[in-house]
Amino acid sequence: MALKLKIKKRLHYFDMDLFLSCDDGRMLVLIGPSGGGKTTLIRMLAGLSLPDEGRIVFGGETWFDSSRKINVPPQRRRIGYVFQEYTLFPHLNLHDNAAFAAVDKKEVADLLELFGIAHLAGRKPHLVSGGERQRCALCQALARRPRMLLLDEPFSALDVITRRGLREKLKSLKRKFDFPILYVTHDIGEALFLADEILPIVDGRIDRGWMQRTITPEPATGYPARATREPRLALAY
Amino acid sequence: MDYLSLYVTLKLAMATTVILLIIAAPIAYALAYLRFPGKSLFEALIYLPIALPPTVMGFYLILAMGPKGAVGRAWGALTGGSLLFTFLGIAVASVLYSIPFAVQPMKAAFLKIDPRLLENASVLGLSRLAAFVRVVLPNSASGIIAAAILVFLHSIGAFGVLIMVGGSVPGVTKVASIAVYEAVEAMDYRTAGLMSLCFIPISYAFLLLVNRLNGDSKHGA
Repeated sequence: MALKLKIKKRLHYFDMDLFLSCDDGRMLVLIGPSGGGKTTLIRMLAGLSLPDEGRIVFGGETWFDSSRKINVPPQRRRIGYVFQEYTLFPHLNLHDNAAFAAVDKKEVADLLELFGIAHLAGRKPHLVSGGERQRCALCQALARRPRMLLLDEPFSALDVITRRGLREKLKSLKRKFDFPILYVTHDIGEALFLADEILPIVDGRIDRGWMQRTITPEPATGYPARATREPRLALAY
Repeated sequence: MDYLSLYVTLKLAMATTVILLIIAAPIAYALAYLRFPGKSLFEALIYLPIALPPTVMGFYLILAMGPKGAVGRAWGALTGGSLLFTFLGIAVASVLYSIPFAVQPMKAAFLKIDPRLLENASVLGLSRLAAFVRVVLPNSASGIIAAAILVFLHSIGAFGVLIMVGGSVPGVTKVASIAVYEAVEAMDYRTAGLMSLCFIPISYAFLLLVNRLNGDSKHGA
């Protein structure tokens, strides 16, 4: 198992208590309502946030261990992280952004080509669309030849059509990746489309029934059922 | 017209600007991003020259740089010379006097940078120093230029602290502001007027530039 994590962290509204693992080449989608701790978990994997206790082991290497006081800094974890918000460097054009931490600068042009933004290589981020920026962020993350890819709602700020296109692109590319991918979303359709495995997280804990509860219609008794049968009554309420 | 004092003024302003850009950047970075004990005390100390009368600051610098002061004694032991009444002495005084004008705009510019850019830089493998050079500095250009201009102008206008530490040695420590003062003392209003006139267009043009830079950064250009 490439990634194993067992952590606890006290947050403002709830306590996180999570266990997960992910194999190389697999995409684990973390799903759940906003504010449930998904992004916090991803940030812990990146080394940007610290658990209160627990262990994070990647490929036999301990990244975090509270009992042994081990904490590998983000710089040494060599992961690719695509943030929800746009985090391209505004002073650099798309090519230089993608090449920012590239292992082999020659690969950058190919990556830009692969994501369909080669013709925009000379443009600064504020001169391209949100979708093109996130494509470039993916290039930036992949050019580092990451050992794991973390995608935190990377397409959530994009319009439906762009989002669909990027999802399909990611799904087709996923087969070529030999590292674990963790993808955060609160969109069930996106999760079902992309995931090899789905892990619902609610209030900092795994809640395997969450998806089922969310997509199952309301029970045929009680107020919702009455409202459906009697629309005027529903309006009156 | 005392061209020599104008030359000393410009030399001092340039030296102060260059030295302060190098010194102030890490101080501003520390104040913007780092947590350390006594940070608020340190920050207040950095901004103290704004609040102190220049002559008071000059007085303490005389004590420190004089033959009985710690800095003066160390300098004397190293070089056999004195810091008082030398160009180096007024350069040190000018740097200390202008340090808030370099640190404050730089700190403000650093704080404007989205912290997520720095997180992205660290995930991409950059050390704090590398992120400072490759991300913070290029995205704070307007703040750094504004700091340079403010320091330059403030150094041109310095008077009290310089006359205390450097006196008025022609070609060495006698800057234009001192030359204007001495010309007025000698009732030579023509020289004082001509020299004073030199300051206005230079200072005004540079301040317009600072405003332009601030306006640019506000509009995200």
